[in-house]
Parts: sequence; structure tokens; C-alpha cells
Amino acid sequence: MYVAVKGGEQAIARSLELLAQAQRGDTAVPELELAQIREQLRLGVARVMQEGSLYDENLSALAIRQAAGDMLEAIFLLRAYRTTLPRFGYTLPLNTAAMRVRRRVSGTFKDIPGGQVLGPTYDYTQRLLDFEHAPVASVTPADAPLPPDMPRVLDLLDAEALIERIEPGSDPEPVDLTREPLTFPADRATRLQNLSRGDEGFLLSMAYSTQRGYAESHPFAGEIRMGEVDVRVCPEELGFAIEIGSIVLTECQMINQFHGGNGVPPQFTRGYGLSMGEGERKAMSMALVDRALRCDELAEPDDAPAQDQEFVLSHSDNVEASGFVQHLKLPHYVDFQAELSLLRTLAAQHATPSPVQQGRESFEVPTA
Amino acid sequence: MTYNFAFLDEDTKRMLRRALLKAVAIPGYQVPFGSREMPLPYGWGTGGIQVTAALLGPDDVLKVIDQGADDTTNAVNIRRFFSRVAAVATTEHTAEATLIQTRHRIPETSLREDQILVFQVPEPEPLRTLEPREAETRTLHALADYGLMHVKLYEDIAQYGHIATSYDYPVLVDGRFLTSPSPIPKFDNPKLDRSPALMLFGAGREKRLYAIPPYTHVESLAFDDHPFEIQRWEHQCELCGSGESYLDEVIVDDRGTRMFVCSDTDFCSGRRAEAQA
Amino acid sequence: MSALLQVRGVSRHYGPRIGCEDVSFELHPGELLCIVGESGSGKSTLLNTVAAQLSPTAGSVRYRQRNGGWLDLAALSEADRRRLAREEWGFVTQNPRDGLRLNVSAGANVAERLMALGMRNYSQLRAIARGWLERVEIDPSRIDDAPTSFSGGMQQRLQIARTLVTQPRLVFMDEPTAGLDVSVQARILDLLRRLVNELGLAAVMVTHDLAVARLLAARTLVMQGGRVVETGLTDQILDDPQHPYTQLLVSSVLTT
Repeated sequence: MYVAVKGGEQAIARSLELLAQAQRGDTAVPELELAQIREQLRLGVARVMQEGSLYDENLSALAIRQAAGDMLEAIFLLRAYRTTLPRFGYTLPLNTAAMRVRRRVSGTFKDIPGGQVLGPTYDYTQRLLDFEHAPVASVTPADAPLPPDMPRVLDLLDAEALIERIEPGSDPEPVDLTREPLTFPADRATRLQNLSRGDEGFLLSMAYSTQRGYAESHPFAGEIRMGEVDVRVCPEELGFAIEIGSIVLTECQMINQFHGGNGVPPQFTRGYGLSMGEGERKAMSMALVDRALRCDELAEPDDAPAQDQEFVLSHSDNVEASGFVQHLKLPHYVDFQAELSLLRTLAAQHATPSPVQQGRESFEVPTA
Repeated sequence: MTYNFAFLDEDTKRMLRRALLKAVAIPGYQVPFGSREMPLPYGWGTGGIQVTAALLGPDDVLKVIDQGADDTTNAVNIRRFFSRVAAVATTEHTAEATLIQTRHRIPETSLREDQILVFQVPEPEPLRTLEPREAETRTLHALADYGLMHVKLYEDIAQYGHIATSYDYPVLVDGRFLTSPSPIPKFDNPKLDRSPALMLFGAGREKRLYAIPPYTHVESLAFDDHPFEIQRWEHQCELCGSGESYLDEVIVDDRGTRMFVCSDTDFCSGRRAEAQA
Repeated sequence: MSALLQVRGVSRHYGPRIGCEDVSFELHPGELLCIVGESGSGKSTLLNTVAAQLSPTAGSVRYRQRNGGWLDLAALSEADRRRLAREEWGFVTQNPRDGLRLNVSAGANVAERLMALGMRNYSQLRAIARGWLERVEIDPSRIDDAPTSFSGGMQQRLQIARTLVTQPRLVFMDEPTAGLDVSVQARILDLLRRLVNELGLAAVMVTHDLAVARLLAARTLVMQGGRVVETGLTDQILDDPQHPYTQLLVSSVLTT
């Protein structure tokens, strides 16, 4: 006798064995070491840290190895670990003006105080596959970081009052989206938090759409900088700030045109992006989407997808999106059965057209 | 490093229990909560798992079903998860369980006052397909402005001759909040009405909790002259002969021969055991 | 007779730009008032402000309830605003597609407001919907057809049926005949005139077309640059316009 879908337990056990095998691959090939991933796949490590919302290069490398290089799975692993971590406190706002800059470019001025510095970038690599790739024994030591407190390009415009001024401390205290649900309308600090956790591909496409006429805002890359920033906390028992380490960040400040409105004179406006590690594409995309989402505040038309905060913020998270899309492979026998019997009823009605008509009309007769 | 009992830390459980109390206090109202990221994908029961984790005590007996069955892979996986992080007793028997987590079904066996049923909910908002905006649907709930839902039911009758919603059939809880019963077949809707067991609903991805407290009136929407009806089969279960349970259709050979069996595996095997005895 | 709607010194600005400025008028039960002006004259802004869809920058709008009490629309909660819009008011948009639910049948469109008011008998809803389709000259056998299969004129008539089915006390109409062929316009105007008389509707209608005003409205308000430049009995305004702008409007109607 056929017994309906039994044996889930054994099926899962066997699947886990097969997965372990597939993940390891040919055992004649040495297993990847975490240090190799951390050092040689640093951009992947950065992405997993950023979208996993956890700055830990070693855990990120571990997640990438465990996920066999599937970045979204690695992000999911890191998030599921992060959720269990106790909160000791919150850092003070990071001061990116004091970044120890390793890369810094601006699309707005040919020369800027402190200079343009390419740093390590793929921008000018010509993208030729390097068939002859030979491991380099000794690498030229990295350039010394540029002097600290390099002025930010946007601050120069600020001095001339040509760009909107954001008063320090004027932002509301951000809610922690991993502790509080997202509600609408969301303020800018909350939106930025959501975007910074958002999927790079999704934000890239949204940002791209704003450049193609859907929420055009004439952006300029005011400044992109990457480097190390100190992380400081102010423990209650001490009462003064202490430095607990430093992290690598990429920051992008976009400058966008604004024609004035809502009582605000014509001036440049800002879009902001920030990413852990070297994450330039993400930071730039985030800055463009951030600016597009400010349409209400600036009384701009709000008919483009990238300006629709419910749409953008509800669909940016790849752990949510991936889970829900893939939940379709779970059994839906019961619902499908319900639909099946409904469809059979409808098909039966369809096969005998006159009763359908009669049936429809019969509903017109008032019930006694 | 070890995890806390039932995975979540106690502060998180407290937050969840507070939200659940609020949900019980306002039957059918969707309470936003700080849904945590769980080691299970969104859409696979993260809401239900959080509710279960918040409620489980060491003395609980847990049953997990998916599609009415204890042995479908997702049910097995969630049961394994709690065995691993909470080491509670588990059962496949509805009558033995103190807490039942379910996806898409309500057990056929009547529930009792000392049992809690936890539903996994993919989309808590019954108006979502009619109105995509959260800000707007919350306003409609606040004003109990539910004409839109009846437009949908009207349209079903106009187009098909009867209401063509077969699962996740909208209900009005305690005469106030329009509520999604989760994607259970409408066959199960009558079991929601005045149930002795507490019913809790968790939507992890959408970050909402809601509840139907014991003995609450739950009305499936309909028209006066088109009353609510449940599915009926011409068949009986071919394993236990039941004529009043929800049936799964199973294709048994490559000529498309079909067989109808109870979707609730515990109910079915219980009846067979009884017949043998 | 006491007024139904009282508008006092209403202004609505968009940043530095003026939508409408310092407008006052009263509307009495059973009266249809036309607001006439060219595009950009502020008439739609005024209509939306009076209908509580925009909040005024200055001034007040008051509505008289069934119990005789005055309701200040600025002090209205969102819940009350929606209740009014659902139960006592109607709004007919210029483009019927904005006012209709395009993904459900004509019958559902007409029945929606009834269901929102709690009517739960399907046969009765059908009977009323059929009656209203007939009333707006749509073949009742098309009750289950999608509005998208209707012509523009039919869609507008459907929107009128959908709005009037609950017999609202006050109706706002924003250019209900603009964008339609002249012959179609005539039919709708004729229909509106009949319904206004039959139902004793109070309505505020915005139009750029003085001929529409002459046909429907006893009183007319002429707007230019956001301000009311002339107001009075429609016939008087058309026959003896005082303001140069009204004179220009009237002469342009006569020459076309």
C-alpha cells in the first residue's frame, strides 16, 4: 500500500550527508583555509559582513566557506548567528572625516584639498583574464594612509551655503531594525539602516533606474572615500569615550540637483551611502536610492519605483526575499488540493454552459 | 558556546510574550513585533518558531505539523530544531501535545483548553492583495473599513457563481478585526470559531503577531444569501474510511490513478489503530 | 434655507506658488455650483481643498451635518473624513479610470459603496446595481463586464452611478465631461441634469467650459490666477460679464 510522504526524517539526514560531501568536493584538493578566504576574497568577505550586519572578517570567511561561496546563504548564516549575540551597548557615531583614507575620489572637482587617490581599485584594470597569473612572492608594501582629517568635499560646498546643511545632532535617534519592526512612513535614519543591510544587486538596480529617468535627480559623486575609522564607545561606568578598535568603511556622498520647493531655496542636496569594508558599488547605489527616497521631504513628484519607500524598503532585504521566494518549494498540498477541487467545480460548470448561466441568474432571485 | 533554552535569549522571549499578551487582549489585531532573524529561512515558519520558542517550557510536549502531517520535511526540521535547542518531549499525537505548531492545517481532533495552537503565517494582512500599502491597510483596520473585502467576494460570485476563495479565507474576529486565518483550507475555518484552545499566529518576515483567544467568535465572511460553505469530497479516506476529514489527493501510478487519504496523519493512524483493536 | 457648505477665505499654497487664494462661497442644499476657469486657474485645487483632500493654508471650510450642526473640516479626524467621503459625499474624477476600480466588474463598482455601508445581501446588491446601470443608460446585462471593456463615456457614466448609488448629500465633480467627444459630453450633461433634479443633489463642479455651467448651474464662480474674479447667477455672468477676464471667456465661447 502507498503511504503518503513518509520518511521526512531519513530524507533530511541523507541530504545533510550529501551536502557535506558536495561542499568539500574532491578531497584530493586541499580544503580552503579561512585565512585564504579572508585575505584573497576580501571583497566577498566585505559584502557578507555588510549585508550580514556583522563586522567580523573571520566569521564572514567561515560563512562563505560553509555556504560554498553562495553569498546570500553566507549572509543568512551570519545574520542567524548575529541574532543570538548579546548587546553590550552602542558605539558613538563614527567620524568618517577622521578616516585614515586609502582611496578617495571625487567626480566634482579636478583637484581637491588632500588630492584624489585611486588606491586599490578594479576601475582601470582592463578586465583581461590573467591566464599567466603567478603568485607574487613579495608585494609592494601598501602606501601609508593619507593624513587624517582630510576635509570632505561636501564640507567645502557647505561653507559656501550651496548645499543643504544637516545640523549635527538633528537626526532622530535611529531605531534598531533588528530589534524593532519597520513601520511606515520611515524616517531617514531608519531608511538608511534598511538600505545598508539591503541587497547590493537590488539597490544597484534601483539606483540605476534613477539614472534612467525614473526619479532623475542629476547626481554627482561628490566624494567616495575608503579607509579605516576608529570605533568608540562610552561605557556608562566610565563616563568618557574609549576607542575599542577600527574598521574599514567605504563612504559615498552624492550631490544632487534640487530646484527648490517646500520653502527651501534651490541648492544641492545630499544622498548618503556607507558600507563596511571595500564596498563602493553598494555605497554608491545606497546614496542614489537614499536621495530618491527623500522626495516627500523635498516636495518632489513621487511616481518612480525608487521613490516609493514602502516598495523599496519592503523588498531590499535578501534574507527575507530569498527565504520567501524559496519557501515555494515547501509542500503546499493542502492549499493546492483546495484550489484543485475549486477548479474542478468551475470546470464542471464550464462544461455545461447553460446551467452556469442559469446558476448565475438564479442568484438574482431574492431569497424567501 | 551554547544557545539559550529554546534558542532565543530571555529578553527576546519576554518581548515576544508581551506582544502575544497584547495580541490576546485585542483579538485579531496584528501586533508589530521585533521579529528576530532565525536560523530558518523567512517563509519557512520563522514567526511560528519565535512564538513557540517564547512559550516552550521544559514540561511542554511539542507537536509540529505541516500540511496536517508530522512527517513532512519542514515539520521534521522544526521538531529537530526544538529537540536540539530545547530538548522538550515531542509527540505526533494531537491529544498528547500541550503546544502544536502548524502550517496550513488545524488538526481534526478537537483541541482542549490546555492546548495552544501556533500558526505559521506567510502574509498576515488579509487586505494585502487588494491594497498593497501598509500605511493604508492599517488605516482600514483602524476604521474597520472592510467594504473592499466584500468587493472581492462579490466579484467571486459574479464571475464564478460562488465565493472562489478556497484557503486563507478571511474571517472577522470578535466582530471587529478582519483577519487572515493563515493558508489553512476553508474546511478548517469552522474550527476557529469558539475554539477552547488558544490560537496564536506568527508572521516572522512581516513582523506581526496576532491571536484568537479561547472561545472567541470567528466569522467567515459571506453574504446573507451566499453563506459560507466548506469543501466536501465524494470520497472517503482510503486508509481509515473517514468521511469527515480533509483529504489529500495522492497520485499512485503513472496512469494518473488517484487515491484520497486524510491530510491529518495522526487522526488517520489513530482511526486505523482503533479499527484494529 | 441654511447652507450645506460654507467656504471662508480659503487659500492653498504649494510652497511659494499660489494654488488658490482667499476664496469664499456658500452652497445650499439642492444647488449645483460651477467653478469656471482655464487650466492653472486654481479651480481643481479649490475643489480638492473644499472636499478635504488637501488641507487649506488659510481659511475654513464648514459642512452642515444631518443633525444641523456645523463640522469644521480642518478639525476633522482621518476617520471622520473617510466616513464623510464614504457615507455623505461623492467625488467624480475627470478621468473615470481614477475613480473606478478597474480590476472588478461594473456591478462590483456600483455595489462597493453599498457594501462599505454594510449591505450584505448579494441579490439585493445586484438588483440595485442593475437599477443604477439602467439609470445611467448602461445595458444592465453588462453588469458582470469589466469597466475596461467600456467606452470612455460609459466609464464616466459608470463612475457617476458608483458615486450616486448611496444618494450622497454632497457631490464634488472635477471636469466630468472633459476629455470626451462632444456628442458623448452632451449625453452625460443631459444625464447629470436629470439626476441632479431627480435626486435634488447639492454639487460643486469644476469645468473649463462655460456651456457646461450654463446647462447645469444656477450659480457660477469664475477663477483666474487662483482668485475668484466674478461670481453670481450663471445667466447673468454669461449675458453680462463684468470682469474683463470673464468677458474674454464668454467671447471665446461665442466665437467657437
